[in-house]
Amino acid sequence: MRGSETVAGIDIGSRSIELVVLLDQKIVHQAKVPTTFDPLGQCKKLMENAKPSRMVATGYGRKLFADSSGEVQVETITEIQAYALGARHLFPEAQTILDIGGQDTKVILLTPAGRVAKFEMNDRCAAGTGKFLEFMATALQIPLESFGEFALASDRRIQINSMCTVFAESEATSLMARGEGPENIAMGLHLAIVQRTMAMLRRIGMESPLLFAGGVAHNPCIRMLLEELLGEPLIVPENPDMVGALGAALYGTRSR
Amino acid sequence: MPTPYDAMWEKLNLDLDAHAGLLSVLGKFYGDIYLTQQGRLKGMEYLDFVLSEVHGLRIQELQEAKAQGKKVIGTFCVFVPEELVLAADGIQVGLCAGAEAGKGEAEKILPRNTCALIKSFVGFKLSRLCPYIESSDLIVGETTCDGKKKAYEIFSDYAPVYVMEIPQMKNACDRDLWKAELLRFKEKIEEITGNAITAPKLREAIRKVNDRRRVLQRLNRLRANVPTPISGRDVLLINQISFYDDPDRFTAKIGELCDELESRIKAGEGIVPKQTPRLMLSGCPMAVPNWKLPYVIESSGAVIVGEESCIGTRNIRDLVSERAETLEEMLDAIADRYLRIDCACFTPNTERLDHISEMAKELNVDGVIHFALSFCQPYTMEAFKVEKILKEAGVPMLSIETDYSMEDVEQLKTRVEAFVEMVRK
Repeated sequence: MRGSETVAGIDIGSRSIELVVLLDQKIVHQAKVPTTFDPLGQCKKLMENAKPSRMVATGYGRKLFADSSGEVQVETITEIQAYALGARHLFPEAQTILDIGGQDTKVILLTPAGRVAKFEMNDRCAAGTGKFLEFMATALQIPLESFGEFALASDRRIQINSMCTVFAESEATSLMARGEGPENIAMGLHLAIVQRTMAMLRRIGMESPLLFAGGVAHNPCIRMLLEELLGEPLIVPENPDMVGALGAALYGTRSR
Repeated sequence: MPTPYDAMWEKLNLDLDAHAGLLSVLGKFYGDIYLTQQGRLKGMEYLDFVLSEVHGLRIQELQEAKAQGKKVIGTFCVFVPEELVLAADGIQVGLCAGAEAGKGEAEKILPRNTCALIKSFVGFKLSRLCPYIESSDLIVGETTCDGKKKAYEIFSDYAPVYVMEIPQMKNACDRDLWKAELLRFKEKIEEITGNAITAPKLREAIRKVNDRRRVLQRLNRLRANVPTPISGRDVLLINQISFYDDPDRFTAKIGELCDELESRIKAGEGIVPKQTPRLMLSGCPMAVPNWKLPYVIESSGAVIVGEESCIGTRNIRDLVSERAETLEEMLDAIADRYLRIDCACFTPNTERLDHISEMAKELNVDGVIHFALSFCQPYTMEAFKVEKILKEAGVPMLSIETDYSMEDVEQLKTRVEAFVEMVRK
């Protein structure tokens, strides 16, 4: 890469879109917008002042963006590779990456050299993803941003048996009707996600340390429960939802 | 739009409107997946033609043969010995089982969590969409899994079904059972066709089916070249068509295609650049028009260079010995050959694992994608063993479980693309 080139990475997910612009491997700009029903319009807004010489898209909307990007040629990579690149750049010691996003949960096992050795994604439905949390927060009438704090105020652990978003909602509703505290129900819902995540981590043969990225990594209750069940500390980047966009941008800096 | 085959289809009691809809979807799907490929071989024109006439000309040929007293035997499994059918002057065809058509109808009489292939063949029958099923004088089922075994019981209310018992182990007593099943099948075929299976007839049939296997083996050897001269999608189509086209014609045409491949290889030409990641597909059979996963793979920057599947190597790896002289010896040779099939219904099934790692090495693949139909227990379970053996061999594997629907295409694309990124050197 030449010295003065700016390289942008954009991560178009189901719930949010992130942009990272690099100059000489350093972040010179980063921003985030909700995806809404007009992802391309949102991308355009996000790109308004950024005029990168190279551009890499990742996430669910990567093809859509690349196909409609006009004069700038856009390369695409999958979220798997983007998260691997971004996470390793931030924390070279990371061995396993967990990314819980809007509709996908991914676990990625890295080789010692930092390449993807193995990965797993959740199945078709949104069980155990950010969407599940969002839906349940709405059901309990708690703002999503404070849902984790709310759950941490619980005084006992209850088991939510259903992982299906719709069934879990009715389970929560009937617990509520029986007089269970909403904080405890919220904790039960968080626990359900973490148990499902743990199963994925075990299946892939997780190696420590684990880096937790994606929007759900902002949630303190999920972080606490993960550390508790893992029995060890997690690595959580300062901006966990920017890791994919960063990885995409880093991909753009490699020599062609 | 009326077609020259309408009267024939009507006589076969197909649901003409629904059938027209199916053909137009199939045509569109074929166009998108096959005809958009760059640098395709000239020899594929024949396969395009055969596929475009999948429910037309070939069915007409079957009807003409039937008018001359020949019998049509339909199957869903590579265990049904075509040699015996041909020796009795019958015609064996693979039946429709690769599309979601008739799923709603099938779910009226089958549990929802049944594999797509079983639901499909039942659905095709109940919705009157498969001219092969409607042309069959006998449908031969087999006991390769519990789902099929029980589905044939239900299916027999709608079509003439005969079930062969496939052993689940490969001991001497299982060989005896299998031989007895072959003899029982021979009697049944002789009864249906009214023709005795004689040694000269059976010898000729063995040669004919072996010739088809030999030409497909040749195709597999040629595609193993780097760069590979033919797409995996095209080879899959060839394997699919081998189940219903006339065997002699098919063998001759694929021989010509192989000649073309040879000249491509001599010229150093490939269907994709040399450095394209080479993948192998392993697992469940893919009946026409189940092209979803191969299409996703080959539009993600990889090329498929082998199919470890019943619609692939498993069906053509072994020949029936041609040294046998008496009828009895030939039947033994057939029994031995078929018992070598490494279907996941067997326990133990270490041959399959050995074959997979051998193939991965011989084809010089960068990775294996294991394909299992959702709810297909034998293959979803074996996926774990396959992954283990490949890991030991240093070959990465991606396990995919899916069906014939399109609802998971985007998810599949992400997984497959990520796998291709992972194995790219």
